[in-house]
Order: sequence, then structure tokens, then C-alpha cells
Amino acid sequence: MRAAPYLLSLPALLLFAGVVIVPLVMTVLLSFHDWGQYKGIEPVFILKNWQEVLTDSYFHEMFWRTFRIAFFVTLLAAVLGAPEAYILNRMKSPWRGLFLLVILGPLLISVVARTLGWALLFGGNSGLVNKALISTGLISTPLPFMFTETGMVVALAHVLMPYMVLAVWAALQRLDPQIENAAVALGAGPFTVLRRIVLPQVMPGILSGAIIVFALAASAFATPAIIGGRRLKVASTLAYDEFLNTLNWPLGAAVAVLLLFALIAVVVGASRLVERRYAQVFG
Amino acid sequence: MAFLSLEGLTKKFGAHLAVDGLSLDVEKGEFIALLGPSGCGKTTTLQMIAGFVDPTAGAIRLEGRDLLAIKPAKRGLGIVFQSYALFPHMTVAENVAFGLEMQGVAAAERTKRVTETLELVGLAAFSGRFPRQMSGGQQQRVALARALVIRPNILLLDEPLSNLDAKLREEMQIELRQIQRTVGTTTILVTHDQAEAMALSDRIVVMNQGRAEQIGPPHEAYERPATPFVANFLGKTNLVNGATVRPEKISFGPSGLVGKVRTRIFQGNHWLYQVDTANGLVTVIRQNTGEAMPAEGAVVHLVWSVAP
Ligand SMILES: Nc1ncnc2c1ncn2[C@@H]1O[C@H](COP(=O)(O)OP(=O)(O)OP(=O)(O)O)[C@@H](O)[C@H]1O
Ligand SMILES: [Mg+2]
Repeated sequence: MRAAPYLLSLPALLLFAGVVIVPLVMTVLLSFHDWGQYKGIEPVFILKNWQEVLTDSYFHEMFWRTFRIAFFVTLLAAVLGAPEAYILNRMKSPWRGLFLLVILGPLLISVVARTLGWALLFGGNSGLVNKALISTGLISTPLPFMFTETGMVVALAHVLMPYMVLAVWAALQRLDPQIENAAVALGAGPFTVLRRIVLPQVMPGILSGAIIVFALAASAFATPAIIGGRRLKVASTLAYDEFLNTLNWPLGAAVAVLLLFALIAVVVGASRLVERRYAQVFG
Repeated sequence: MAFLSLEGLTKKFGAHLAVDGLSLDVEKGEFIALLGPSGCGKTTTLQMIAGFVDPTAGAIRLEGRDLLAIKPAKRGLGIVFQSYALFPHMTVAENVAFGLEMQGVAAAERTKRVTETLELVGLAAFSGRFPRQMSGGQQQRVALARALVIRPNILLLDEPLSNLDAKLREEMQIELRQIQRTVGTTTILVTHDQAEAMALSDRIVVMNQGRAEQIGPPHEAYERPATPFVANFLGKTNLVNGATVRPEKISFGPSGLVGKVRTRIFQGNHWLYQVDTANGLVTVIRQNTGEAMPAEGAVVHLVWSVAP
């Protein structure tokens, strides 16, 4: 009978192996195969693709850009999303539900549709965003958004914001409802309460939100593809191009696998750090 | 002039009267208990004194000053919340020091006072721990130390012992009373436990549906309850011939009201009887002195002296 739990989870495990592990292993194997313009894919074991990916500065730049964009997206999502969640949490009953829907609503809309929305807003020098920025006097000449990292960061931050808001919101829910009053009664002003009492307690939420947003931003495809096009590539759009345009599947596989492993390293490392830092305090 | 006075304090939530014209004068150093059933407005009253809830009507004066005109952060009150509301990301010492930091007390003085206060509550050895690493009773003491260290005008306690088990609660009651006597801070305790209110306070405010039914010393409220509600809330009562008689005031005698023992329950230090009489069911409590007591079904005579 002790085998029952394993037997019961067998179908799920099989499905997981079938749709995740097997393709993954095949991709890893593929990255070691050879490819030529005329001979196509040759199932041999060579390190050529990996050598290229690891030494060619073109790929370095690509990965560097991918993680730079992911970093700024994470930063922007945290800086805007955390206060957003806090304000949401302080709202009274009917408004709270309404605004939660407004914030999470985008999750119900396809990423492609949302990004196309941004592409329309950015569109060229006469885009709405530029017009608005110029009319408020923030800038005097139009900023390039399309095919730039700035545009990608803005669009991705918007697309991924709900994840940050949800993570911080969950952390806020765990706060003692009287904790702010306790600090106020001891003489703390509103800003001190935020900085010394609320922020440290929602920090684990912000960090776990950051890990999710970072991973999703670094592996995002649709948004970079639409905003960056083929002019400004990131790792995922590069892999896609190798697969579908150059038809160099082995090289594309090497890029994809490298992105995966780099992401796993970042995410695991970050969550280790977070866990160690907060294990004692928040148990 | 009273140290703290509540004048016709009223709070409405929509159409619901949570606190209804509560007036109370508290002397300096006094220990007051707000006692009443769940939802009678105790916490709301405390929160109005603390400044977290704005009264619909009425006034609060502290040494003659209008307290309502002062921001919650400037009132200088020490509050212990029911959930303790300790800062989980700070050590015990940091928790206790927080209020002093806000007052701008210098670091050296701060350390001294934190140590003193932690000694007062018996937690000197725990200053480096985080709240999560402590038991409920210890956390409760940290909350008390955090409130006391700022030398508050008034100490407000909202059901501070309700999360503790019975034995620890009793220990903490004794300790709380001792600490309050030592520091002499005027204290208002909210509780729904009548034994706790009577054990700790100089005067009890028995509240019912937002109103104070009786204000007085515990003994007086128990012996001479102003209303049937107070009589019932403070302990078991019998209504015999129109008079309210406490069960422990009734004894078995050679003659008196005749009755038949319906049930007899042994409770360690006393026996609890339910006796059928011509006046209905009467509850009797007799001390367990080790002597033989009437058994179930026995015919007994009940005697009591009418309160003066
Ligand atoms: N923010 C609020 N909005 C609406 N009604 C409230 C609010 N706070 C309290 N009440 C109502 O006011 C009444 C008094 O509440 P209060 O919390 O003061 O009761 P309490 O005596 O402290 O009860 P307990 O012993 O359960 O803590 C209750 O009926 C409660 O439902
Ligand atoms: Mg309450």
C-alpha cells in the first residue's frame, strides 16, 4: 500500500516526462549535433555550437542584453508594483476588488495583443507615448521606443506587473493588521512605518515576485519579438531565428539550452539567498 | 479633576451603535477593566482612546487636555494588542527600543532602558531572539515591555492574555498586576473574562451593547450588581423570591427551602449542585472541606442570608 501514492502520481509523472523531460533532453542532444548549409543536421557529437555560443562576442552581447533587460524589467516592476499592491491593500471593499481586477485583468488578454497595444502607443515619432511625454514637458524631442531596449523594458514590465503585484499582495496579506498601528502608537510617522515596518516584512514577497518576473522577462518571446523585431534580438528571439530562419537547429538548441541553464542558475541562486536571509525571521 | 476622562463617548458604524455614550473618569495609577461579552464595544472604546478610531460624538480628556486633537503618534500611550503585533523582523531588543528611537532617545540611554524593561518582564536573556522564536507568553511580555519602555501616560491592554492557556494566563495575571503596581502606570484592560477583570482591576466597567451597565470595584459589582445583566455576567446567579443570590451564599441547613438534588458535580475545590425547589432550579456551590455531602436524589434544605 505504501506504493499507492507513487502509483497515483504516475500518470502525472509520465505526462511531465513526456512533454518536458523528453523534449528537453532531445534539445540538449540536438545542441551537440552538426549542421551545414547543404548537408542539414548531422547526428554526430561535436562541441562546435557550444564553442561558438560561448566564445563569439555576438552571443555574449545577446545574453548580456537579455539579462540586462530582465534586470531593468524586474526593477521597474518592483518599484511600481510594490506600491501598487500596498495601495490596493489599503483600499476599501468595493474599490479593492475592482482595482484588483484592473491590475490582474491583463493576464486574461494575450501577451501578443498587449504588446501590439504598446507597439501602437510607441509607434514612431508621433506615437501617443511620445506626444504625451512632450506635452507634459518631460522631454523635448521624441524618444525612440520601437526596436530599443527601453521600449522592451516598458512593455515587458507592464506585461509582467501582475506577477509582482500578486506576490507583494500575498506578503501584505500575511501582515498583522495591527502592526502599523503598533508602530504609530510608538510614535512613528507614516514614512517611518512604511520604511521600517512594512517594507522589511514584504521584502520576501518583493524578492519572490522579482525572481518570477526576472525568469519570465529573460525567457519572454512575444514581447521582444514584436518590440525588438529582428533588429534588436534577445536570447529567445535569437534561438527562434536560428530554428526557423537560418534553419541551424543545433545552434538554436545551444542558445536555448544555455538560456535555460543560465536562468536556472540565477533563479535557484536567488531563492537560496532569499531563503537563507529570511529563514530565521519569518520561519 | 480626573486623570483621564471619557465624556459621552459614542461610535456609530453605519447605523450600528458600537459604543453608546460611555462616560468614565479614571484616576492616575488606577487599573480599570472594560469587561463585557463579544461585540459590546470594548475594543472600539480602546481604539478611540488610542486614536485609531474616530468617535462619532463625545470627548476624551487627559489631564484636562483634549486628547482627540492629538495625533495617535503623539499621544504617548502604551498599547498591547491582542495579537501582540510585534515586529517580526526585529529582535526583542530592537522591538523594545523602537519607541525610544522614535522619541529620539540617545543610543546609550536607549540600551539602558531596554535592558531595565526587559529585566522587569523577566526577559533579559532573550534580547537577541526574534519574536518567532519565542512562546506565546514570552511574546506577550515583549509586547508589554515595548509598551512600557516609553513610560506611557496610559497603558492600554486589549485582551492581552486571551491567547495563552489557562495556567499561563493565571501566572501572567499575577505578573501583570505586579508590574503595574511597580511602575504605577494608569492602565485600561479590555477583557471578556470576568475572573481576569476581577483579579486585576481596581474598578470594573461592565459593558453591554455599547453602554456601561455598572462602574465600580470588582467586589461591589459582584455583591451588588446594578442590573441582572451585570449579575449574570460576573458569575452564576439564582433568582429566589425576587432576590438575586450567588450560589456560594447558599448552604444546606436543618430547615429552610426544601429541595431535591438533581445533579451534583465535583469540581476539585468545590461541589456544584442543581437543586429542584418550589421556586425552580437553584444552583448551589459548596466548598469541598472533605466532609460527606448530600448525594443526588437527596432531600435538602437551603438557607441563605439576604444581602444587606
Ligand atoms: N470597522 C468596523 N466597521 C463596522 N463595524 C464594526 C467595526 N469595528 C467594530 N464593529 C462592530 O462594533 C461592535 C463592537 O466591536 P468591538 O470590536 O469593539 O467589540 P469587542 O467588545 O471588542 O468584542 P470582542 O470581545 O469580540 O473583541 C461589533 O458589533 C462590531 O461588529
Ligand atoms: Mg475586541
